[in-house]
Amino acid sequence: MTTKLFANGLFLLQDFPTELQISVDLSWYLSLSAILFTIGVVGVIIKRNAIAMFMCIELMLNSVNLTFISFSSFFRDVNGQLFVFIVMAVAAAEAAVGLGIIISIFRNRESIDVDDASVLRG
Amino acid sequence: MAIGCAISLVTQRNPLYGAVSLIGVFLSLSALYVLLAAPFIAAVQLIIYAGAIMVLVIFVILLLNVEEEERQPLRLRYLVPTAIFLAGALVAEVTFILYFVQTSPYTPSDPGSSNVGLTSNIGANLMTTYLLPFELTGVLLLMAIVGAMSLAKKMPFLVSAPSRTATGSDAEPIAVTVKLTQASQQEEEEK
Repeated sequence: MTTKLFANGLFLLQDFPTELQISVDLSWYLSLSAILFTIGVVGVIIKRNAIAMFMCIELMLNSVNLTFISFSSFFRDVNGQLFVFIVMAVAAAEAAVGLGIIISIFRNRESIDVDDASVLRG
Repeated sequence: MAIGCAISLVTQRNPLYGAVSLIGVFLSLSALYVLLAAPFIAAVQLIIYAGAIMVLVIFVILLLNVEEEERQPLRLRYLVPTAIFLAGALVAEVTFILYFVQTSPYTPSDPGSSNVGLTSNIGANLMTTYLLPFELTGVLLLMAIVGAMSLAKKMPFLVSAPSRTATGSDAEPIAVTVKLTQASQQEEEEK
């Protein structure tokens, strides 16, 4: 989507050609997935809130889903989409259990700051 | 838009705004899946991620009444080089991808020429080739349900009985459970 918007912006800046052909290659989707994944990793490292860390993990899972689906679409292979289906189911299960764990931690110590959960630290 | 929402998720200090921007990421990714001729996965993403998981996350945020993060200068000392290193890795990855990946001769924008992403095709493959992962996913979801329910219980778990030969050990598990039930009773009294 961002590349199409960018292409339309370029289209408006130039003189009108007869036709503007922009084909979105596979590499655009892969680079978008890499950017999203890296933003997720940076978020997991930086964030102190446990729920915010969990949301960044979901962002990483979604970037991997995008990679799978882009490959599956460009190479006409259905296995990628099936794997994405299973990954989504796993992410839903992990969401339920992870949020349950966060709630249990909050019940014990009244704070979900991961820096405060340092009982095991030496 | 996906990148903007992701950056907003990471830099927001209020986790509720971060959750809303994550919903924006899911919406833009779903639109991308439609562009990639995968309408079933796009619909499933909207239903599961933006519909169920984010509702659960927002519910937990509102339940726990999470306040905003204050600025933490103590952690920034070793975070900034980490961020710079990761950004450098990202730039290297992106240039590698943009210059060296061979694109396939197909383009995904003609959905008439392929029946890969259609729901019927995915369903057929789920029930024949991928039957075992499908059933295992069902078992996994069952495990998640049982795990979430057992985490939410307030009753004390079974304390393993210590050996009877140790002195004074018979009273310990009962004392632990009595303390826990008293604590839960005090909670109810306070309410």
